[in-house]
Amino acid sequence: MKFNLIFGGVVAAVAALAFFVVTFERPPVATEQGGFRGTSMGRVENPRTVAVVNARNVAPPALEPAEDDPTSPRASEIYENVRVLGHLSVEQFGRIMQAMTEWVYPGEGENQGCNGCHVEGNFAAEGKYQKTVARRMLQMVQTINTTYNSHVQQVGVTCYTCHRGQAVPAAVWATSPPNARLHRLLSTAPEQNRPVAANALSSLPTDPFTPYLLRDNPIGVQSSASRQADNNSSILGTEWTYSLMMHMSSSLGVNCTFCHNSRNFSGWQDSTPQRVTAWHGIRMVRAINNDYIEPLRPEFPPHRLGPLGDTLKVNCTTCHQGVNEPLRGARMLQDYPELNPPPRRAGLEQPARN
Amino acid sequence: MEYQYLFTRLQPSGPHYPGVKLPPGNDARIGHPMTARILGYFADAQIGPFYLGTLGVLSILCGFIAFEIIGLNMLASVNWNVVQFVKLLPWLALEAPLPKHGLRIPPLAEGGWWLAAGFFLTASMFLWAARIWRRAAALGLGQHTFWAFMGAVWLYLVLGFIRPILMGSWSEAVPFGIFPHLDWTAAFSIRYGNLFYNPFHALSIVFLYGSTLLFAMHGATILAVGRFGGEREVEQAVDRGTAAERAGIFWRWTMGFNATYESIHRWAWWFAILTPITGGIGILLTGTVVDNWYLWAVEKRFAPAYPAVWGVIPVPGR
Repeated sequence: MKFNLIFGGVVAAVAALAFFVVTFERPPVATEQGGFRGTSMGRVENPRTVAVVNARNVAPPALEPAEDDPTSPRASEIYENVRVLGHLSVEQFGRIMQAMTEWVYPGEGENQGCNGCHVEGNFAAEGKYQKTVARRMLQMVQTINTTYNSHVQQVGVTCYTCHRGQAVPAAVWATSPPNARLHRLLSTAPEQNRPVAANALSSLPTDPFTPYLLRDNPIGVQSSASRQADNNSSILGTEWTYSLMMHMSSSLGVNCTFCHNSRNFSGWQDSTPQRVTAWHGIRMVRAINNDYIEPLRPEFPPHRLGPLGDTLKVNCTTCHQGVNEPLRGARMLQDYPELNPPPRRAGLEQPARN
Repeated sequence: MEYQYLFTRLQPSGPHYPGVKLPPGNDARIGHPMTARILGYFADAQIGPFYLGTLGVLSILCGFIAFEIIGLNMLASVNWNVVQFVKLLPWLALEAPLPKHGLRIPPLAEGGWWLAAGFFLTASMFLWAARIWRRAAALGLGQHTFWAFMGAVWLYLVLGFIRPILMGSWSEAVPFGIFPHLDWTAAFSIRYGNLFYNPFHALSIVFLYGSTLLFAMHGATILAVGRFGGEREVEQAVDRGTAAERAGIFWRWTMGFNATYESIHRWAWWFAILTPITGGIGILLTGTVVDNWYLWAVEKRFAPAYPAVWGVIPVPGR
């Protein structure tokens, strides 16, 4: 009797402890009201968690600005084989090369520093795939900062927004192989039912990136009228959308109500302006993956490709890394005018590609 | 004296009670009854004898087949790795047929097994319902338990059979799995514009929470009047004693109205069975009659409007 009670008590205590440990968060938890009162559109944040995430998202101090005397010779006139940044002054060109080194290949040793992209002893040579990729990435940065202001606004992006001192950004994705072997006779649900980071450890589909951030499968599932006969979105399709939304939520460190009024997810007039920014972000990521990264597939060596042989692509986490404004909104781009595209007139005068 | 009281800690032991004599045509009850002290702390200390009968055996068999179909498909989805099966069990599922198959019988790997599991589970539940009916009849009871069970079966059938047929696709039905059926629930609500604006969903919640409230009120009342013999509910219903009077006075004092020893059990039964009945109606109307419950609630003027705190949101892409 006594043993049973003690034993039962210990089991109950362990279960209760496990429940409290996994369910509760140590205070303080700060809430900030977002939408109209009573709509529960607040942000819930724990200052300890915020401090940790913020510490990971600090922009490095800017390098000394470089002179840009328009009458001075251009980089393309002094150096050989400068294809994208030829419009810069020599000082600017040196400065952005130094910055890129620190952003992408900051380490010591073989294949770090300048040698990350350049053949040792011959800056003009084409021997390394990294150089080809870097050129294309520079063009991508120019496109993002000019075409996608709807998403990056006046903050813009630099190489550091994604790279953070690593040759391959920390958060990239490639199409995942099925979770289970496709069985001829048995139902294995190979696209879902695994707790992965992308679906926030739920049983939702595990690769929301391929359909929505590479292809442009429709994301919205709700009907725009109370009674609508031609909406054939399935519940499975809704789970796919849900999985993408979980990715966006965890990437940005926000909950659903940062963009949506959860009583009416699809209604734009119930949503916040951030949802519009996010909408453009999805289109921007698609363009990055389709126009810039995936076409580079033949350039990459096999160990820089995913398990199915596609490139390592970007999603929301690649830039955001847990905060709703990458690097907490630091305006790095304005310190690096070298990353701006060449003025249109200067572009016409660029030497022909050799 | 102590054992006569509701909170008795004494467990008197005597000859086991084999149950009333069964009418002709019934199997014999099986198993020698035994007494478990630990059960006696919670309920009756006697276990058995059991009555299985043909219906019981068939029901358990069908239930077992469904259980095996679900479990073996889950095991196949982790490549027959038992360790992974245990680790991932809450995430695994036997998924409903893919949307592309509509109401056709899909290949086994794309929902055929789901249909088979659903068939055997449904058969098992109907056999069990028939068993409840027969056992209640054999004991001369009313059929209240049967109808209560049918309330749950109704909700199950709406979710997995009636509504998918009306929608023209088995893919509308619920997967068999622990987390997957919860994710299905969330996705279902989102797809059809927020189930919280479905009035039958609201009614179902009223009856569900109402059931727990009634259960707590009733349990508390009976325990509280136990010192006056109030736990003898049948006697008190027929011949109201001081326990029933005091219980009634208490509720008339506190809320101006009281149930009786008889009616409280009708309250409880109706609240309980109305939970799945109203819930089933709500599910049945979703997607068949109403495609977006939130917009429906706006049309019917019971979803409140809030001021546009951000002004007019420019809709992108239009």
